[in-house]
Amino acid sequence: MWAVKNAIKRTLLYITVMIFCFFSASPFLIMLINTFKQDADLYRPQNNPFIYNFPPTLENLELLFQRTNYMIFVRNSLIVGVLVVLITLVIAIPGAYSLARLTGQWGERAGIGIFLVYLVPPTLLFIPMFRIVAALNLNNTIWSLVLVYPTISIPFCTWLLMGFFKSIPRDLEEAAMVDGYSHLMAFLKVVMPLSLSGIIAVIVFTFTLTLHEFVYAMTFISDSTQRTISVGVPIELVRGDVFFWQSLLAAAVIVALPVGFVYNLFLDRLVAGFTMGAVKG
Amino acid sequence: MQKSAAEETAVYRATTHSKTQFLFDNERFLGTIFLAPAVIYIIALVGIPFIMAITFSVTDVTVGDTSLDFVGLQNFRRIIQTPQFQRALKDTFLFTIVAQIFVAILANILAVILAQEFRGKWIARMLIMLPWATPISLGTIGWLWIFDSKFSPIDWILQYFGLLGTPDAIFGASKHLNFLGREELAMASVILVHIWRMLPLAAVILLAGLTSIDSDLIDQAQVDGASFWRIHFQIRLPLIFPIMSIALLFGLIFTFSDMVVAFVLTRGGPVYYTQVLPLWAWFKGIDGGSLSEGAAIALFLFPLLLVVAILMLRVARRSEVR
Repeated sequence: MWAVKNAIKRTLLYITVMIFCFFSASPFLIMLINTFKQDADLYRPQNNPFIYNFPPTLENLELLFQRTNYMIFVRNSLIVGVLVVLITLVIAIPGAYSLARLTGQWGERAGIGIFLVYLVPPTLLFIPMFRIVAALNLNNTIWSLVLVYPTISIPFCTWLLMGFFKSIPRDLEEAAMVDGYSHLMAFLKVVMPLSLSGIIAVIVFTFTLTLHEFVYAMTFISDSTQRTISVGVPIELVRGDVFFWQSLLAAAVIVALPVGFVYNLFLDRLVAGFTMGAVKG
Repeated sequence: MQKSAAEETAVYRATTHSKTQFLFDNERFLGTIFLAPAVIYIIALVGIPFIMAITFSVTDVTVGDTSLDFVGLQNFRRIIQTPQFQRALKDTFLFTIVAQIFVAILANILAVILAQEFRGKWIARMLIMLPWATPISLGTIGWLWIFDSKFSPIDWILQYFGLLGTPDAIFGASKHLNFLGREELAMASVILVHIWRMLPLAAVILLAGLTSIDSDLIDQAQVDGASFWRIHFQIRLPLIFPIMSIALLFGLIFTFSDMVVAFVLTRGGPVYYTQVLPLWAWFKGIDGGSLSEGAAIALFLFPLLLVVAILMLRVARRSEVR
């Protein structure tokens, strides 16, 4: 009796898991299938959309890589991503350490203040930002994004790293300082190596953020060769009212799957950041 | 422990008080320079733009004429009177609230499931996280195809089961539902994509809350004969309430301030029926070049964001006290 009940429970569990997986993954599944579909297959409403009614083809990928600016978008996104990650690390690591150890009581409050900045959405600020970027002569270049994206990544990453630094026992640095290191050296030689996993989480978060961002990228840049993936794909791969559907879907899924995979590896750490320390990660 | 001569000299050299050495040991000095870049960056590129946004909203600045002539509350007055505004305000709240209600319910179910051990959990978690982890503008492209007016896979499935496209079908005799071309369906489509996108984040935050609960507490309740649902509603939910509210407040902000889903899916259409506030601000301010009106529209987002921020602080403080 107990065994039967248990078996039913397990089955229900698996069915529910499958329903959720299907809901979440179906757009990507459709993208993946359509990537290799011939026009004649795709554009016939009576064809089964989930199988290949005609043999699969690589033509859509060829079109995407050779006759669109897709690779330029990818390159731009990589440049922006790497630079924003560097800026974020250089600013957020010391800032977080300062809030965790050096600034005493008001450090806590300043930390929460910085976290709240993360809640300011681009849609609130994109209009003045557009003017600032134009005034600095950065409009229509990827440098505008390199300048502005850290405003989103620094608050969250400072917050995340602050929690991380707090979890490292103070004794370790004090021991190093007793051994003659300055506080700065103790931080660099003792705290930094121990925080490596937190720093990697920050890199992943910041990089995915630069890939995700859409509002600023669409506002600042109208030159096709300066666009990043998130805007370039939905806007440029549509020619007037003609969609190159398979190439468009391929362009999306090629980015989506690897990013999703890597993000998932660091999920627990990022969740600890999102819960504001209410849960220890 | 005995130190070698080399080590001793190293220590001696390190402890010699040069001037820089002194500075790098001074916590106040170090604390200030460490924090300064972050604070300066945020003031320069969040604080100043915010003040500029308020300034723009009470002037007549446009892309073509960037001089700031004060016009008072004229922009706000003009905006509020348009039917677009009323629609945009209603849509923004409606989409956010409906999406968050669904997210709250589904995330609870999903978090309880993901707290169990089962085979393939890692893969399942990755698939479920995909909508959050991938760029939303790209994910929405998949939905754009799913909602296509002619080739929608949903239409095909419904037709296959005879629910659409025959004279007496429940979903109508027309061959296609035309999701994005009809007012209610377009609104539902935008909401669905928001649910799809926010569910993973809410679920993993809740999951983190669930796994942090002391398992003795649950065991005790089970020994006392409490049912699964009773344990869930009377023990787990109250315990994870602070974390759950954080998950929902994040969802609220992200959905409320989002223009990507509506932009990619419908461009605000049909007519302006899915034109949420941020999207309208973009069309007015950047596309139309009226920076002042765009800034004024975007500022309507601020009160709600403020409320959410305050709520978050209160939740965080309360969970700290515990």
